[in-house]
Amino acid sequence: MTMRDALNLALKEELARDKSVFLMGEEVAEYQGAYKVTRGLLEEFGPKRVIDTPITELGFAGLGVGAAMVGLRPIVEFMTFNFSILATDQIINSAAKMLYMSGGQFKIPIVFRGPSGSAFQVSSQHSQAIESWYAYFPGLKVVMPSTPADAKGLLKSAIRDDDPVIFMEQERMYGMKGEVPEDEDFTIPLGVADIKREGKDVTIVARSLTVPTALKAAEELEKQGVSCEVIDPRTIRPLDIDTIVESVKKTNRVVIAEESHPFCGVAAEISAEINERAFDYLDAPVKRVSGADVPMPYAKNLEQLAIPDVERIIAAVRDVSYL
Amino acid sequence: MSSRPSEQRNRNSGAAGVLEPPKTKSQSSAQPNQLTEDRETLVKMFRQMLLIRRFEEKCAEAYSLGKIGGFCHLYIGQEAVCVGSISALREDDYVLTSYREHGQALAKGISADAIMAELYGKATGCSRGKGGSMHLFDKDVNFLGGHAIVGGQIPLATGVAFAAKYQETDRVALCYFGEAAVNQGAFHESLNMAQLWKLPCIYICENNMYGMGTSLERAMSFSDVAQKSCAYEMASEFVDGMDVLAMRRATERAVKRAREESLPTLLEARTYRYMGHSMSDPGNYRTRAEIEKHQERDPIKTFANQLKETQVISDDDIAQIEKEIKEEVEHAARFADESPLPDPNELYTDVYANPLK
Amino acid sequence: MATQVVMPKLSPTMEEGQLARWLKKEGDKVSMGEPLAEIDTDKATMEMQALSNGVLRKILIHEGDSAPLGQPIAIIGEPDEDISELLKTAGEAKPAKAETAPEKLPESNAAPAVEEKAKEPEPAANVSGNGGGVSARPDGRVLLSPIAARMAAEAGIDFKALQGSGPGGRIIKKDIETAISSKRERPAATTGLRPLPRSSEKGAVYGPSAYRDEPTSEMRRTIARRLVTSIGPVPHFFLTIEVDMERAAEMRRSINELYPDLKLSINDIIIKVAAVALLQHPQVNASFQDKTIRYYEHADIGVAVATENGLITPIIRAAELKSLLDIPGEVRELAERARARKLKPEEYTGATFSISNLGMFGIEEFTAVINPPEGAILAIGAMAAKPVVRDGEIKVRQTMRVTMSCDHRVIDGATGAKFLQTFKQIMENPLYLFIG
Repeated sequence: MTMRDALNLALKEELARDKSVFLMGEEVAEYQGAYKVTRGLLEEFGPKRVIDTPITELGFAGLGVGAAMVGLRPIVEFMTFNFSILATDQIINSAAKMLYMSGGQFKIPIVFRGPSGSAFQVSSQHSQAIESWYAYFPGLKVVMPSTPADAKGLLKSAIRDDDPVIFMEQERMYGMKGEVPEDEDFTIPLGVADIKREGKDVTIVARSLTVPTALKAAEELEKQGVSCEVIDPRTIRPLDIDTIVESVKKTNRVVIAEESHPFCGVAAEISAEINERAFDYLDAPVKRVSGADVPMPYAKNLEQLAIPDVERIIAAVRDVSYL
Repeated sequence: MSSRPSEQRNRNSGAAGVLEPPKTKSQSSAQPNQLTEDRETLVKMFRQMLLIRRFEEKCAEAYSLGKIGGFCHLYIGQEAVCVGSISALREDDYVLTSYREHGQALAKGISADAIMAELYGKATGCSRGKGGSMHLFDKDVNFLGGHAIVGGQIPLATGVAFAAKYQETDRVALCYFGEAAVNQGAFHESLNMAQLWKLPCIYICENNMYGMGTSLERAMSFSDVAQKSCAYEMASEFVDGMDVLAMRRATERAVKRAREESLPTLLEARTYRYMGHSMSDPGNYRTRAEIEKHQERDPIKTFANQLKETQVISDDDIAQIEKEIKEEVEHAARFADESPLPDPNELYTDVYANPLK
Repeated sequence: MATQVVMPKLSPTMEEGQLARWLKKEGDKVSMGEPLAEIDTDKATMEMQALSNGVLRKILIHEGDSAPLGQPIAIIGEPDEDISELLKTAGEAKPAKAETAPEKLPESNAAPAVEEKAKEPEPAANVSGNGGGVSARPDGRVLLSPIAARMAAEAGIDFKALQGSGPGGRIIKKDIETAISSKRERPAATTGLRPLPRSSEKGAVYGPSAYRDEPTSEMRRTIARRLVTSIGPVPHFFLTIEVDMERAAEMRRSINELYPDLKLSINDIIIKVAAVALLQHPQVNASFQDKTIRYYEHADIGVAVATENGLITPIIRAAELKSLLDIPGEVRELAERARARKLKPEEYTGATFSISNLGMFGIEEFTAVINPPEGAILAIGAMAAKPVVRDGEIKVRQTMRVTMSCDHRVIDGATGAKFLQTFKQIMENPLYLFIG
C-alpha cells in the first residue's frame, strides 16, 4: 500500500469511527484532494463532514480551532504546509495556548495535516521544511511519518489525541510503498521513536524523507564495515530522546539527517539534548546533515545540492567514525 | 435614541463627532422608547452596567496599586454594548471576545470574584491565574475567552458557530471585536465563510472610534463598518452602542436570524471608551472636550433616567443597587487579595491534555 | 512526596558518621530497603538502607564527608517533584565539614599544581625523550573524546602517554581500547608486582614529594585515639622479615665490575628497592595528619647518617625514579655534607619514609624509632651467611633481617606486612628493577 493510501485509510477509519471528526481544506472534497490523499471521502461521508474551503488558511484554521473548543475533532488539511504560514496565528496563538491560558478548561483536539518539506522543482515558496517552527511551541505536538504503516498508525493516534497535532507528510513519499496493517485498531502512540535498523558503530537520527535516505546510506556503509543504527523519532514533539540517547551510549557516534535548514533546527535541538544527556559517551562531535541554508532553488542540479543525499550521510558517518 | 439615521452621514467628518449613524442595510422598525421588557430584565441590565462601571473603576485603582499586572484594558463607557447584546442570549449560547473583556465576562455570568482573582493572578481566578486580564475563560457559562491578537477571536467564533450547527443545536455564537479588527484578514475570511456556510454567528463590532491611538478615519478607507457586510451579502445593522435597549433589540433580531435561519449578522455598535486604550495610555491623541462630549450621552446615566421616567426604578432603588454593587466589588477585591497564588507546580500543568511524559 | 534521608544511628555510641561510599547516584531509582550508601561509624562500615521509594534526587554530602546523626544527607522523591523546600531546610542544617575532600583524579593529576611543576619532567624533555606518542599539544592541552576520557579513568590508563589517532591528535575510544588490550597482553607478573615507574632523566632535580590528603575515616580516628592513649603520641609496632640476599649481592658485584668507580653499596640497593615497594603500597608511604591522612606521590627516603653530633637523615627525593647509577653518588655526597654539617634544612626534613642501617656494626636485628610525621622506618641488620633450607637441603645463603617500625595510626599490621613481602620479593629478585 502506498503512503497516500495508508493516510486515506486512516482518515476513512477515523471518520467512520467518530462522528465528531470532520475534514476540511482546500480541494479535499470534490477535487478528491490536491494529492489525492482524501480520495473517495466525500462520496463516503458527504459534504457535511468533508468540506471544501475557500483559499483562506487563517480563516479555516481558526474556524477549526473554534470548533474544537466546543467538542468537534477537526482535521484541517493544508494543501501544503507552506500555506500554513498564513495560519500560524491561529495555530500558535490559539490552538497551542488555549488549554493553558484557560487554566485547563478548553482542550483543542485538532489535526493540521498536509505535505511538508521538499517537493519536485517547485522553488522557494513551495518547497521547505518548517517542522522546527511548530516544534518550538509547547502545546503543539508534531508528527512526521516515514513509512506507510507509521503514517496510518500515527495519523489515527493524532486524530484521537486531545491536543493540537501538526501532522507533516512528505510529498515525495506519497507514492512510497510498504506493508500496512488493515486492522482498524492499529495505532502507533505519539512520542515513541522507532529503530528502523539496528547497528553498533554509528547512530543516524533521521525523520521523514531522510529515513529512506539514511537506510540506503546504512546499507552502503555496512559494506564498508561500518554498522549504523537508524532511529526515526516519528514524533518531533514530544521527542523520544531516551531511545536516541540509549543508542548513542551504545555507538558513541551520531549523525542527524534532516531536510530542514540547519539553523535553529530540530537536529540542533537533538544535538543539544545528546550533549546534555550523553556527553560522556561521545567519541566524536555530533554531526548534522541538513538541507542547505538557502531558499530552495528551482534548477534541478541546485535543488539536488540543497537536499541531503546518501553520499552526504555516508561522508558524515565516516567523519564521525574517524575513517 | 434612534438607530435610524437622523441625517446623512458624512464619513469624512471626523471620528470625534457625535454619533452620526450611517444608512444601514436593515433597519429596526421597533419604537425604541417603548419599554417592552419586564421590570426584572430592565433592572438586571441596569445593575450589570453599573457593576461593570464600578468593577472597572476598582481595576484602575488596583492597577495603580500594582495589584494587577500586565495590560489592563478598561471598558468604561461601552457598558451598554455588552449588557444589551448578552441580555438577548440564552445561557447556552457562546460568547467570544477580545482583550477588552471584563464587561462581557461579567455580563455573561462569571463572578466578579473569579474575574478579579484572575486579574490579580491568583489560583482562584476564572483561568486559574494563567490567563490574566486578556484571557478570561469560563466553560460553565460558555464564555470562550478573551483573545489578545486583534481579530484572532473572529475565526474562532465562526468555528464555534460551525460546531453548533454541525452538532445540530440551535445555539448561537456572539463575537465582539473593535473596529480596528475589521482591517484584519481574519474578519473578512470569517464573514465570508459564515455567510457561505450559513453559520449562526453574530459579529458585533464595538466601534469606539480608536484603534489604540489611531482614529477610525486614519485607519479605514471606508469607515461604515456595518456596510462591509455587503461584500458578503450578510445582514447587518448599525446600532447606537450607547443605548442598551437598542443593543438588546438589535441583537434579538440577529439571534432570531441565527437560531431560526442559521444565518450570520454583523452589528456595528457605535460607542466610546472614556479611558485610555490600556492603563498605560497617555491619551494624547484626543481632547478632554471630546471625551466630555461623549460622556454627556453616558449609557448608564441615560438608561437610569429612562428607567426613572418610566417609573421602573426610583432614586432609592438606584442608591440601594449602588450599595450592593459597592459591596460586591469590594468583596471581589478582598477575595482576590486573600486568594493564594497558583502553586509553582502549576507552571507545567495544562500544556497538554494528553501529556506523554 | 519527597523525603530527606538523614544520617542514621548505626551503632549505640555513634554520634556522627562518615559517608564512605554512595551506592546510588543522583537520578537512580531506589526502593525501600535497598542499600543506599556505606557509612563509616566509630565501629564499622555499615550499609544504610533507603526508607522510601522514589528516585535519589539529590546527594547532600560527598563521600568522605562526615555528618552528625539526623543531618540530612540526601533527598529521595519523585523524578519531577519540587524539592526546593527540602533543599532549603537541608542547607540550613548543614554541618561543618570534616575536611574538604579533594576530588579523586587520575593518578598523574592528583598533586596540587605547584608540586606537579616541581616533579614533572619538563615538557620539552617529554617530547624529545620517549619520542612522539604523546597527545599533548604545544599549549599543553590533551584532546580527548568524552568517552575516551571516561574509559581511560575506569581502566586506569594514563591517557597522557597515548598517541591520539583522531583529528588533531584527539584520543578517541579506539585508542583507549588499543591501550587496554596491550595492557592485557603484557605478561602478568605472578607476584602481583606492578611495572616500575618510568625512571628519571639523568640529572633531574626533585623537590619534596607531592601528596594528596584524604579525610581520616571514623575508624582510623578511633584507632588513633585509642593507641595514643596506650603507648604515647606515635604508637609504634614492629615487623621483622628475613631476606635472602644472594641475588642482590651478586647484582651488586656485577654492577661494580662494570662501573668500578660507582661503589654501589647494598644500602643503595635497599633504598631503591624500598622506594619502589613504597609506591606499590601507598598506605605505608603516608603520614597521619589528625583529620586527614597524607599520601605521598613519591618515595622521599630519609637515610640515617651517624655524625659526631648525632643522627641526621638526609633525603633522597623521588628515589623510585632514580637509577642505581645515581643513588650511590647522591647518598655519598649528602652523607659527606651531613658530617660536615653543611646540609640545608630542606635536604633533611620532609622525608616520606626512612631507612636506618646498623649492619656495618654487625647488628643482626634492631628496631628504629619513627621520625614523625613519617609513617614508618626500616631498620636494616647485617648481611650474614646462614644455613637455610632450600628444596629440602640445607644451604648456606647470604641473608639479612629487616624490621619495620610502623605508626599504627596510619599503618595496620597487615598493611605493613604486605609492604615487607613486596620488599622481600624485589630484593630477592632484583632484576625487577630493570624491567618496565
